[in-house]
Amino acid sequence: MAERSFAREVEDLKLGAGEMFRGEGILAITKALLQSGVSYVGGYQGSPISHLMDVLADAKDVLDELGVHFETSASEATAAATLSASVLYPLRGAVTWKSTAGTNVAADALSNLSSGGVTGGALIIIGEDYGEGSSIMQERSHAYALKSQIWLLDPRPNLPTLVRMVEEGFALSEASNTPVMLEVRIRTCHVHGQFVAKNNEKPKFSLREALENPVRDVNRIVLPPASFLHEKEKLERRGPAAIEFIKSRKLNEIFGPANGDVGIVMLGGMYNTTMRALQYLGLADGYGESALPLYVLNVAYPLIEDELVAFCAGKRAVLMIEEGAPDYIERDLNTILRRRDLQTKVSGKDVLPLGGEYTAPALTKGVRQFLAAHARELLGNEPPRPDPSPVLADPRIKALAEVVPPRPPGFCIGCPERPIFAALKLVERELGPHHISADIGCHLFSILPPFNVGATTMGYGLGPASASAFNVKSHKRSISILGDGGFWHNGLTSSIANAVFNKHDGLTLIVDNFYSAATGGQDIPSSRAINPRRKTNNSIAAAVRGIGARWVRQIDRTYDVAKMRDTLREALTSNAPGPKIIVASSECMLNKQRRIRPLLAKAMRDGERVVSEKFGVDADVCTGDHACIRLSGCPSLSVKHTDDPLKDDPVAAVDENCVGCGNCGEVAEAAALCPSFYRADIIHNPSSWDRFVDMTRASIIGWFERRRSAGRIAFASNRG
Amino acid sequence: MNAEASGRKDVGGAQRISIAILAMGGQGGGVLADWIVALAEAQGWAAQSTSVPGVAQRTGATVYYIETAPMRAGAQPVFALMPTPGDVDVVMASELMEAGRSVLRGLVTPEQTTLIASTHRAFAVAEKETPGDGVGDPAVVSIATEFAAKRLIAFDMEAVAKSEGSVISAAMFGALAATEALPFDRAAFESAIRASGMGVDSSLRAFVVAFNRTRRAAIEPVRRFPEKHFATMPETAGLPELDRLVARIRSAFPQSAQPLLFAGVRRLVDYLDPNYALEYLDRIATLFDLDRSRGGETRSFAFTTAAAKYVAVAMAYDDVMRVADLKIRESRQARVRAEVAAAEDTIVATTEYFHPRANELCGALPKSWGEWIENRPGIFKALDRLVNRGRRIRTNTVTGYLMLAAVASFGRRRRMSLRHAREVAHREAWLTIAAQALESHYELGVEVLACRRLVKGYSDTHARGLSKFDRVMSAVPTLAQRDDGAVWLNRLKRAALADEQGTELEGMLKTVATL
Repeated sequence: MAERSFAREVEDLKLGAGEMFRGEGILAITKALLQSGVSYVGGYQGSPISHLMDVLADAKDVLDELGVHFETSASEATAAATLSASVLYPLRGAVTWKSTAGTNVAADALSNLSSGGVTGGALIIIGEDYGEGSSIMQERSHAYALKSQIWLLDPRPNLPTLVRMVEEGFALSEASNTPVMLEVRIRTCHVHGQFVAKNNEKPKFSLREALENPVRDVNRIVLPPASFLHEKEKLERRGPAAIEFIKSRKLNEIFGPANGDVGIVMLGGMYNTTMRALQYLGLADGYGESALPLYVLNVAYPLIEDELVAFCAGKRAVLMIEEGAPDYIERDLNTILRRRDLQTKVSGKDVLPLGGEYTAPALTKGVRQFLAAHARELLGNEPPRPDPSPVLADPRIKALAEVVPPRPPGFCIGCPERPIFAALKLVERELGPHHISADIGCHLFSILPPFNVGATTMGYGLGPASASAFNVKSHKRSISILGDGGFWHNGLTSSIANAVFNKHDGLTLIVDNFYSAATGGQDIPSSRAINPRRKTNNSIAAAVRGIGARWVRQIDRTYDVAKMRDTLREALTSNAPGPKIIVASSECMLNKQRRIRPLLAKAMRDGERVVSEKFGVDADVCTGDHACIRLSGCPSLSVKHTDDPLKDDPVAAVDENCVGCGNCGEVAEAAALCPSFYRADIIHNPSSWDRFVDMTRASIIGWFERRRSAGRIAFASNRG
Repeated sequence: MNAEASGRKDVGGAQRISIAILAMGGQGGGVLADWIVALAEAQGWAAQSTSVPGVAQRTGATVYYIETAPMRAGAQPVFALMPTPGDVDVVMASELMEAGRSVLRGLVTPEQTTLIASTHRAFAVAEKETPGDGVGDPAVVSIATEFAAKRLIAFDMEAVAKSEGSVISAAMFGALAATEALPFDRAAFESAIRASGMGVDSSLRAFVVAFNRTRRAAIEPVRRFPEKHFATMPETAGLPELDRLVARIRSAFPQSAQPLLFAGVRRLVDYLDPNYALEYLDRIATLFDLDRSRGGETRSFAFTTAAAKYVAVAMAYDDVMRVADLKIRESRQARVRAEVAAAEDTIVATTEYFHPRANELCGALPKSWGEWIENRPGIFKALDRLVNRGRRIRTNTVTGYLMLAAVASFGRRRRMSLRHAREVAHREAWLTIAAQALESHYELGVEVLACRRLVKGYSDTHARGLSKFDRVMSAVPTLAQRDDGAVWLNRLKRAALADEQGTELEGMLKTVATL
């Protein structure tokens, strides 16, 4: 279970008709699912849609009351396959994941699903991880909609529209027997706003009814001749049905004056930024009034030809605003106008950036250029636009670029993965650099300073798979890294079974931190927590042995840097055949602290004996070389300048956020760095035995100390 | 300042206020954004916040963005999802370099932006990991922010929050209230904190302190370093052998070098004994004579001053005896308790991490014994196998204490040790180069002394430092023939401190070779 509680957000799911929902976009979507009578929800966590999963995982009572089945799918492929329940039964189902990464994984199931078509509404909520804040390759999910004929909604980024599109999305899916994707971008998922809630709806048809009254229709199965029938059905029946539905329900929106020489066609998700750009050009106000006709595509696919033609007719030119590459819609728009023999000019990527996030400055520049070419008069005398360039050109600001350091995300304070990479770095010092295949997860932060470890990343659970080719005789073995999340997602088969089967000689390091940590600390099969709704505690080491791996080492405390290093060395030098697998297990510190901190605080308050640990640095021992930091990067291990006139460089220092994980001391010891670190065990509410021992020791040591001090010749300290 | 002044006028004439929060993951930027939204909504304004937390929640830099505008009948404001450079009314940066980043991103402009910045530092990995001092100069940020912002509020909000047992977001919220950049009164801000229901009392205290602070002294000057602390030379130290040292410094050395000489003397008395400090003064005296003969008077005896510092550092080389001695000082327990913020009724036990190797052991032995072992690889290896492992010593136990006390006591016999002989040889070789360099160019001589900064650390780190030092020194004969040799030597030294492997140094050496 995620150690963070979503109890407050769960309350929002219970809101009834007329009540005001206030919260994040992704939670509004979650609420909209329940308002739509959804029967089942699945998905794979990942930014920016994790909270949908997290909140539902905490919302057992709400879901039970409505009879909604929720599950955390093993992967996006599993999630997509789950929608199969809507193929033959009038069950509304929704799944969610991060895209395009997740859609890639789900693609097989999605193709099958969309080929046979659905009876109940099938909604796929995809968090489009594109632009600033994204952690994946920059691609559009749009391609999947096109190739598999899945309708794609791209709503305006405000809560009422998001909620409406969820509700309409199910209806569209049912009206056209086609799954529907709802695309929400990062900022849209995290946008805070409000909408007026409706009551939650119990599903009209239950999963139990389906199980007890099974239906079979061979024409829904993807196998010839049905598969050829599906294609025909898609083009001739489902497509037109969808277009009819979208038109009649006015899912796309028109704003601004009815007529104009020029207009803008945009994806719903681009609306707010486009409005801001128009404002900067003096062509809109802050409340949605526009001087230009705007056609907003809340449905990115299919395009409604009649609507587009009606909008473009009589206009000299239109500007198509769609983010990312390729320009699918702009091309289609050109084709449509050509076919209808309309002479309206289409502008788009000629004035707008080919790739990258469409920010207000980018859109302002593009719209301006479009208007300058086609409707100069609208620009008028051009009010001044926001422009930081004079400030940025000043030498005082330019000097900043030299000083402001990059601050990428990194391992948290006390992260158990840090000692693993410290050990790896130490082994590489002995055995030289190796080819290291990285994977997806927190452990990928190893590629950044101070570790600088890892050469490629090929997809979730594919770290070892991506080292497959390096299975030849060599003086060095390949090293690949796999997280526990990636292991259960795809790694067990695609990476481990593959390596065992092909007798791969490399080293696989499985980083097991008890959670799907990078996505927010959700449970996975090997999580150690007791989760009443899931079967946890399934050992990774047992799984890899079960699949045939023989050289397997389980390390239960990653902070033991020396042991980590020695095990890695053994794996890289051993004569044993087949894959060498090390499972390095320690609990994610972020989640551990969330779990134990309240417990410890309570125990302390209740007067129980509690020992807490912290690390520190003896400033006069530290020489300011920072070798310890280059093997750690812990946020709580920092530097400080001293007032010692004989020291030039800042010394290492541990701040108050230290959780006493032990990495500093272990690394200093294993790497024979320096003896500056100390560990302080703080005994709270000491027992009388503790006190007795402490007093006895203190008095004996005190006697020696006084003797030492008396014998010492020194200048009196005149600090004050 | 009120809303009319700070918000951008749009076509409809309505006001909108935009606020960007630049924070680091885990700092509570989200809480601050929530408070601002709740505040605006409670005052009947529409508000929207967005963020791109993603993986940035793991300590990376991230931006929260808020827009708020008055409601208008029949229409909803359309808010942007990200800040537009050149059009942000309030920027709140929860750390000094993040304030710099906001300026670099063009979010802060002199016509429009109130910048509220906490001046405390959380060093980035890039700053911390350099072998030298990689910390960015805060003065550059101060200058830039003062220039770029219409109004600047800059003080250590983290410290304010901590002093009230709260988090930085509460202090920043207080600063925001005090600026009146939002047209809401202080009570409305405080209600927003109360309504959030989490840590209300401490948040309100931090809010008030920061509010008053903003009104009283909105800008606190930032400093890169603390002042170096120079102890005052006493008239009498109570012991004749110490008084003799002080008298010697006063009578035989220039005023400008005296504070460092006294710091050196104190260190060496502490390190070994008064005689060792006397040895030090003797050595400096010869360097001072040299300095005078080379016209040091006109350069405030920079050579002597540099020598006073670095010869003391060289003589007080780091060894395990010194470490043991420092770890069992009487004053240490109190210092450790303060550093780990141990509450009064707690017991603190300390564990030290040592990793001795045969090298260190041989170094501590008398010169001939140490060499005897080192010259016999078999014995050396056997010895290494015996001692080379991590050893944790609990200094608060009697045995742990006595072990370290025993090790420390060997320090008194350092002068006879192999390590000492090597340190003396190394030091003299270095000082010879310095003296020769001084002959050719005064500044070059000073720079050679300052290169001693490269030698630091223990075991491998120490070896790496020595190797860098040697490589830098190898350039001195070439540089001695140039008028700007000192400048180049300084560059070499800085390059050597820039990275662990000496990559930058290698590049710079190649450049020097082509001069």
